[in-house]
Formats: sequence, structure tokens, C-alpha cells
Amino acid sequence: MAKHPFHDVAIVGIANSEQARVLEGHDSTTITFQAVHRVLADTGLTPQDIDGVAAGPFSGPLTYYMRNGPAWRNHMAPSIPIILDAASAIATGQCHTVLVAHGSAGIYTERASTAPWTRPANEFVVAYGMFTAAEFALIAQRHMHMHGTTPEQLATVAATIRNNGHAHPDAVYHGRGPFTPDDILASRMVADPFHLLDCAMTSEGACALILTTRERAQDLPNKPVYILGGACDSFGPSYQHPPAWDLAGPSGRNNGYTGRWAAQKSFAMGELGPTDVDVCEFYDPFSFEIIRQFEAYGFCEEGEGGDFIMDGRIGPGGQYPVTTDGGTMSFSHGGAAVQQLQRVIRGVEQLRGTCVTSQVPDAQVAMCSNGGAGALFTDVMLLGTETP
Amino acid sequence: MSEILQPQSPGIPLPVPTIYSQPYWDGCQVGELRFQRCQDCGAITMDPAPACSACFSENLEWEVSTGLGEVYSWTTVWRPQTPAFTVPYVAVIVTLDEGFWLLANIINCPVDAVHVGMRVQTTFVELSDEITLPYFEPVD
Repeated sequence: MAKHPFHDVAIVGIANSEQARVLEGHDSTTITFQAVHRVLADTGLTPQDIDGVAAGPFSGPLTYYMRNGPAWRNHMAPSIPIILDAASAIATGQCHTVLVAHGSAGIYTERASTAPWTRPANEFVVAYGMFTAAEFALIAQRHMHMHGTTPEQLATVAATIRNNGHAHPDAVYHGRGPFTPDDILASRMVADPFHLLDCAMTSEGACALILTTRERAQDLPNKPVYILGGACDSFGPSYQHPPAWDLAGPSGRNNGYTGRWAAQKSFAMGELGPTDVDVCEFYDPFSFEIIRQFEAYGFCEEGEGGDFIMDGRIGPGGQYPVTTDGGTMSFSHGGAAVQQLQRVIRGVEQLRGTCVTSQVPDAQVAMCSNGGAGALFTDVMLLGTETP
Repeated sequence: MSEILQPQSPGIPLPVPTIYSQPYWDGCQVGELRFQRCQDCGAITMDPAPACSACFSENLEWEVSTGLGEVYSWTTVWRPQTPAFTVPYVAVIVTLDEGFWLLANIINCPVDAVHVGMRVQTTFVELSDEITLPYFEPVD
């Protein structure tokens, strides 16, 4: 008997489609289908082996064209919460094998403006020129005021992650580096304290995962990667209200540390703590967010994240390598969901031991995350090669 | 002396009020920063909402803020959200003296002078027949 129902679920397939600034000849559907073909090839499964689909707006079309109905489905744009829903559906016997997929191409065409997913219209922010960089900057500036966190510390995060992407042959910004913190600081300012190279880029692409039962995973070709824990913290809708660090209800649990409680639940499910984590596939929409997450998840004390990430700790060969494919800053950032799934895909790749670049030797536990405090949410998953 | 921050010009995307936020925008047109106070628990709710954010009561009444407060966090934006916006502009979250947060832009202030704790007050700029926006400016 598993100690937690998630432990009976394994991720057995992962795939990225082509990723590029612009994918000529593709739309969101065709690139998503490319990722689905690749993930089926990764597992050796056929559409008839899939009895659940969680692919946002593509869930219906995929089930229709794969003719794998009747199938369980989830129509929300998939990221960690939807992977956890899929795992829950498997663990509760609603289905046994779920395809999770998403893709984006041809969405961001009007380049004089920031990407459409960065600026949802809302009456309380729309007239003040807000978009994601400004929302996340308001979080970072507050932390810098409280704790003296420096632009150099932010730039160290950005340089580390961008160098991971520089090395990765499939990254959109492969070969663009290497970067020093000074290079980050020399790039033009977007929203103080974020320089251009402190920010996620925009690109196009798709990705897919397949989850199944522990039992079925034993017969498949890939080393199973188990879900050790996972949970989600939300403080409200993204980009519609002031993104205040201290936003909190009577519990006192504050938006600044969103993800802390999801991490605590996840660690408890997996009978783990921060020191058990071998690789940190943290979501990197902006450089400061890595610092925030190390504090939120209990890797270091509040206010110490800026010092914590220095001295090579988060780089290759460090104690806690972060975002090892280059993340949203360098690997890809296909819109609202794709790049969130890609954090989990990279975590699986690390635990399989098949990373072509930045492989963490003998990685056993990966921590993956989505979101950030400018968005008022953070989702966490812990993956492992073994379960407790 | 750095550039003095100005309000945006007509042509920026403007708020579309809802049934429950209309009194807030009506207040802006007459130079009042209005907020809701719960008649059951006394807590302030802001942004305008259909229920109290402390006790979820629907028994809310509008009051008028002094418009005075201090900068809680800020960011100077150099890459505009859309070409309709003129840079630089500074987004601020202000803690009003009544205790609620408001997100807006700060104007009538040198671009490099904005800092956490800076004392500010509301000032209103008409952008259309329907919408007057609250901004903040330094307290003299």
C-alpha cells in the first residue's frame, strides 16, 4: 500500500516539440499534435492505450482524432494543478493512462506590445500599463526594500539559468551566451529592477507527458518517475489586483511566500525535506522568483535568498542546480501553459538521467514549480525515482 | 534633475466598470477616492468587490478616502505594455492611510525620486467622458 495515493502514479512519457521564437507553418493545434506524436513514440504506447486527456482546448480534438473515447478529460490549460488532477484521476480509478499536452504558436504576432498572455484586461490595472514584468517587479522591489536583496543577486540567477539554456542544443536561445551577471545588468531596463535579461522571453512550442499507474509503468520502456507529492497555493486571480507581498487573510499566510504551504504539503507526502532535493526545476518568469522560492520552500531563511543563491550553489555542480534546461528565460516560453509543463518534463528528464546537458549526477529527487508571487500563485511537485 | 512623470494621454485602454465597481468610478469623476467598508465587521474592502474580503458579508457601504498614503512598492516601466503608453511610467502600490492598497501610477514627480515609504496623495485625470483615473503624486 502506497503511503500516499500519488505514489501509485508514474510519469512514463515526456516530449517537447520543436521550440522557436516563431514556428513557421504551425498553429497551436499542429504543434501540440507534434508533441503528442513524440510522447507516444517516447513510451511505445498507441492512442488506444490512452484513456484520459488533459490538454486544455486540445483535449476534445485529441480524443476525437485519436478515437480513444470514451476518455476522461480535463479542459483547463494544463500545468502542475492539472497534472495533479490527472494523477488523482488515475489514483481514484477514473482512468489508467492520461495524456497531458499543450502547445502555442501564432498567438503573439503584434510585437510592439507585450505578449497577450502578460496583460489580461482588468478594470483596476488596465489603465496603468501593467503586464507581467511590472507585476513581478512590485514583488521584487518590496523584497529588496525589506531585505536589501541586490540587482547583482538577481542577475546571478538570470546568468545561471541563461547559461543552462546556452548549453542546451534544443533551447530557443542555445548558443546565445555565455552570460555573466554584468551582462544581465548591462541589458536595457524593462521594469525596474528587471533588465531585459532578467525576464522570460517569448517563443512558440508544445510539450506532452503521459502518466499511468505504477503497475503499468513496470511494462514500459522508460525508467518510471513517481509523483512523491504535489500541491497548489493561490491567493487570487493573476494580474487583476495589486500584487502585494503582504496580501493575506486572517491566517497571516502571505502572498510573498505563496508556494510555501504547497511545498510543506508536498514534502510531507513524500516524507522529504529541502535537503533531499537534488535538482530544483523552479519556474523562472523573472530572476527574483528563484530567490523567493528558496525562501518560500524552506531552503533558507526569510530574507536570506539573495545570499543563498550566490557562490555557485544554484549552478552546474552546485548544491541546488536550478532550471537546468534554461527555463522560460532561454529554453522556451510558449505562452500561458506550455512552459509550466516543461518544468515537470525537465524534472523527469533529470531523474531518468537522460539530460544531454546539465545532467545532475545520480539525481533521485526533483522539485518542480509553476507560477510566482506577481501572479498570486505557486504550484509545487516533487518527483522521485523511488517512493517512500 | 530627471524627467517629471506625466499622466498618460487618451488612447490607453480604459477600465470597463461593473455593477459593483461603478460607484468607485463615479467617485473618481467628482474627485473622490471611494472605498467600501463592511457594516458587519468594519473591515475595508479594496479593490471594489461584491463581498467583504474579511468576513464575506454583502453588507458594504461606500466611504471617501483622504487620498493620503505612502508608497508600498514601485516599478519604473521602460518597455510599454502597448504603444498606447508613453514611457517611462511608474506603477506603485500605495498603502492609503485608511489601510487599504491601491495600484496606480505616480505623476508630477521626478522619475528617479520614487521610493518605498514616500508620502503621496491622489490626483485625478479625466481620460474620457466616462472614465477619470486616480493617480498619485508626492505630498508637498
